Amino acid sequence: MTGALLHVQGLKVEFKVYEGVLKVLNGVQMVVHEGERMGLVGEAGCGKTTTMKCVLRILPSPPGKITAGQILFHGRDVLKMTFHQVQRVRGRGIAMIFQDPTAALNPVFTIGDQLMSVIKYGSRDSLGAREVRSRAVAVLHEVQLPDPERILTNYPIQLSGGMRQRVCIAMALSTEPELLIADEPTTSLDVTIQDQILRLLNALVERRSTSVIFITHSLGVVREMADRVYVMYAGSIIESAAKEELFSNPLHPYTQGLMRAVPKLTGGGIAEGIPGRIPDYLNPPAGCRFQPRCPHAWARCVNEVPTLHEVGQGHEVACFRFQEQ
Amino acid sequence: MAFWRRPGFQRRWDTFKRGWYKFSKNPVSVVGLFFVVAVSFLAVFAPFVAPYPEHAGRFVNFSEASQPPSLQHPFGTDVFGRDILSRVFFGFRYSLMMGVVVLVLVVPPGVVLGLVAGYWRGTWIDMVIMRVTDVFLAVPPLILALAVCSVLTPSVFNAMMAVSLMWWPWYARLVYGLASSLRNEFFVQAAEVAGASRPHILFREILPNCVSSIFTKMSLDMGWVILIGSALSFVGLGAQPPTPDLGTMVADGAKYLPDQWWIAIFPALAIMITVLGFNLIGDGFRDLFALEEV
Amino acid sequence: MGILKLVGKRLVLSVFVLFGLSILIFLISRVLPGDPVRMALGPRAPEWAVQNMREQMHLDKPLYAQYYYWLSGALRGDLGQSLFTRRAVVDDIKEFLPATMELVLFAGVIMAVFGILLGAVAGRYSNTWVDNSVRIFSYVGVVTPSFVFAILFLLLFGYVLRWFPTAGRLSPGITRPQVITGMVTLDALVTGNFAALGDALWHMVLPAVSLALGGMAQEARITRSTISDNLRKDYIAAAKGFGIPERFVTLKYLLKPSLIPTVSILGLDFASLLGNAFLVELIFNWPGFSRYGINAMLRKDLNAVSAVVMVLGVVFVIVNILVDLVVAGLDPRIRLGAERGK
Repeated sequence: MTGALLHVQGLKVEFKVYEGVLKVLNGVQMVVHEGERMGLVGEAGCGKTTTMKCVLRILPSPPGKITAGQILFHGRDVLKMTFHQVQRVRGRGIAMIFQDPTAALNPVFTIGDQLMSVIKYGSRDSLGAREVRSRAVAVLHEVQLPDPERILTNYPIQLSGGMRQRVCIAMALSTEPELLIADEPTTSLDVTIQDQILRLLNALVERRSTSVIFITHSLGVVREMADRVYVMYAGSIIESAAKEELFSNPLHPYTQGLMRAVPKLTGGGIAEGIPGRIPDYLNPPAGCRFQPRCPHAWARCVNEVPTLHEVGQGHEVACFRFQEQ
Repeated sequence: MAFWRRPGFQRRWDTFKRGWYKFSKNPVSVVGLFFVVAVSFLAVFAPFVAPYPEHAGRFVNFSEASQPPSLQHPFGTDVFGRDILSRVFFGFRYSLMMGVVVLVLVVPPGVVLGLVAGYWRGTWIDMVIMRVTDVFLAVPPLILALAVCSVLTPSVFNAMMAVSLMWWPWYARLVYGLASSLRNEFFVQAAEVAGASRPHILFREILPNCVSSIFTKMSLDMGWVILIGSALSFVGLGAQPPTPDLGTMVADGAKYLPDQWWIAIFPALAIMITVLGFNLIGDGFRDLFALEEV
Repeated sequence: MGILKLVGKRLVLSVFVLFGLSILIFLISRVLPGDPVRMALGPRAPEWAVQNMREQMHLDKPLYAQYYYWLSGALRGDLGQSLFTRRAVVDDIKEFLPATMELVLFAGVIMAVFGILLGAVAGRYSNTWVDNSVRIFSYVGVVTPSFVFAILFLLLFGYVLRWFPTAGRLSPGITRPQVITGMVTLDALVTGNFAALGDALWHMVLPAVSLALGGMAQEARITRSTISDNLRKDYIAAAKGFGIPERFVTLKYLLKPSLIPTVSILGLDFASLLGNAFLVELIFNWPGFSRYGINAMLRKDLNAVSAVVMVLGVVFVIVNILVDLVVAGLDPRIRLGAERGK
């Protein structure tokens, strides 16, 4: 592990909607090192996907707007780049696999058309039409799709959900990115296919030693896929640690709640949930956003916003309970 | 128990209040509502609010003929010396009447046919109803309406009949599309399994789920029907002079353009305002119910 | 082949629809009250002349027989005689239809091109002043009757500013190109008569634009809303995120799926063009089929009225098939759906 590949600092995003302004991201902090496999965990709607769309500068705007923060890729701020420079980060630098492959593939173009556009524009080197095509076939082969030549001529509706996600993985890997963002790549798939896709992704990433951000809401998946884990709640990172450390010693009350919510095969009985719901982004709670649901909340949690503090070797947590230590 | 205390009424009243709140938050639909209310008010109370109600019909005063807009006659006077403002107020009556009568005649049969065809989709009932619908939709509605009007004696009433005859298929087709997908929904199947009668399923289970679309289409159609009605009058196949119909007034005034522009322009603006009002409300409904194209 | 099957299905359906339309228009023209023969010959015509003409037109036979005569004639290309011009209606159609088709097609092109362009720009730059102006324009376009546009344009650009001619298809000094298709612009183009081409286009601007504005507003509205919806779709974010240049994404991956709803309603908008041509041709004194039709209607010229409706029905059916074809070409979901026989 050398320097930081991606460094997100104090990222704030707002969504302008009819009712007012949603303060969706509230100062996200994260670091991904080269060759690292990072897991990002959190409930649905906590801002994981939004953060990643900011990294690629593809957040639909309007309604979204980045109001503060830096996103350093190789030390250069993506948010300050010209369109032309961003173009060169996308694809060859960072590529993303979306949660729902059906939504991520254009319904009115063939797989071949879309995949070859990605290879043509996203690759580091400029390729001729024939090379583009052969690379498209090769990468479809790599994601274990049968008969790549035929798939190139198919439209997304002609493929199953699992095949579509394989196509999306192929697209993301076709440009040989340094950092791969996999945004819940199995959530929209059948349970029986989820495991296949995960294993495939893992193998491909390992072979290329690509850095990965693996987004999920499942701790079980994180355990398999990540070296380091970030836990996100309501628009900010609340805890981060190496995988083993986090699982053996979760500190933030929210992380602890998440761990208890996972049904244990051995322990028997029903998993506990975390009482309460994710807060309203229109009028988020004052201070720590987890405070209304937190069993340990005290006055300071309402008055101040906790920031990430290192509490152990590479273990950071944003909670006032651990700041004196 | 008084009817407004019953839970069913309370629930509906709450839904209505919530809907109205959202509708009233949308400035566009509020503007539309304002136009429609204003036009309806002027139409209903035309004999009282019009400065010269007697000018609505056959009235001649050549000493005041073709006067440009002035304080006495804000919209000017026509070649017979009639006050155009007063005639426009009465003209609103014919436009609104056109829209209301046509929709009242057209919506019930269209909706019932669409429901029936949609519920029995794929049977001969569906075939017959929808193919007949296709036939009516095979010619632009204005042309068929013109053709029907042409064989009848031109009058406001006959124009309404002609437009009605051409308009029901749009509702049949709209409801058909909705009903044929709704009948596969669980709540419909549950009602079937529970042994509910056919009319119950059609009118109590499926129809309520079509209402928002029907409503939206109706408010947009008020505008379309008024436009078509004015077109019929314009060519002389609808209302006949001296009826103060807006389309007829535009046609009459067109002869005196460009010198006496006010004779044609103000009735034309009146048509546009009325149609705009219903269109804005329709758009408001569409946003409110989050509908795709209707 | 999915497309061929789709077209085949549409054609078969269209034949049924046109057959139904022939019954409908026949009923309208024969069952409704009024004595067309008496109207045609005038109140002072002798009774025997009226009788003669009735027999000649089979109006003395029962209804189904009348329909049989009418339909078998129509299938042979004989739509009867105009009660007024005493010419075969078919000849009238041949003479007048090309002028209307020329006008409507020209208006249709203006409508589609500018409607899509305005809508696309408004959707791409939504909630800016461009978008707001397009929205205001589209409201004005939708609520203004085409005859009002026609009158205003005639007045403003024809009489006051004198930029455009006020009536007809060609200026008096220009020789009409040899009739090939009957569409003056096309004939002029084929024969290389560029003076006539320019003059004909010049004559067409005002009627075509007043005809097109309503539909253009509709098209712009639909295009705007689909473009701005699709801009938020994941596939656009994904395409950009993979490093495909933004302009390329907009022009290719955004535009094509966004055109589907727009093209689907082109058929309906074309219907309103055909309908409104009746008014616009009257105002601009355009010697076309619609003006012929409206005069036939005003004079209760039964044979001509039924023929006009039938011909426009055929035109509309053809346009709808073409629209369906284009939609199927844009949308593989429809093409492939047809393949599976859904």
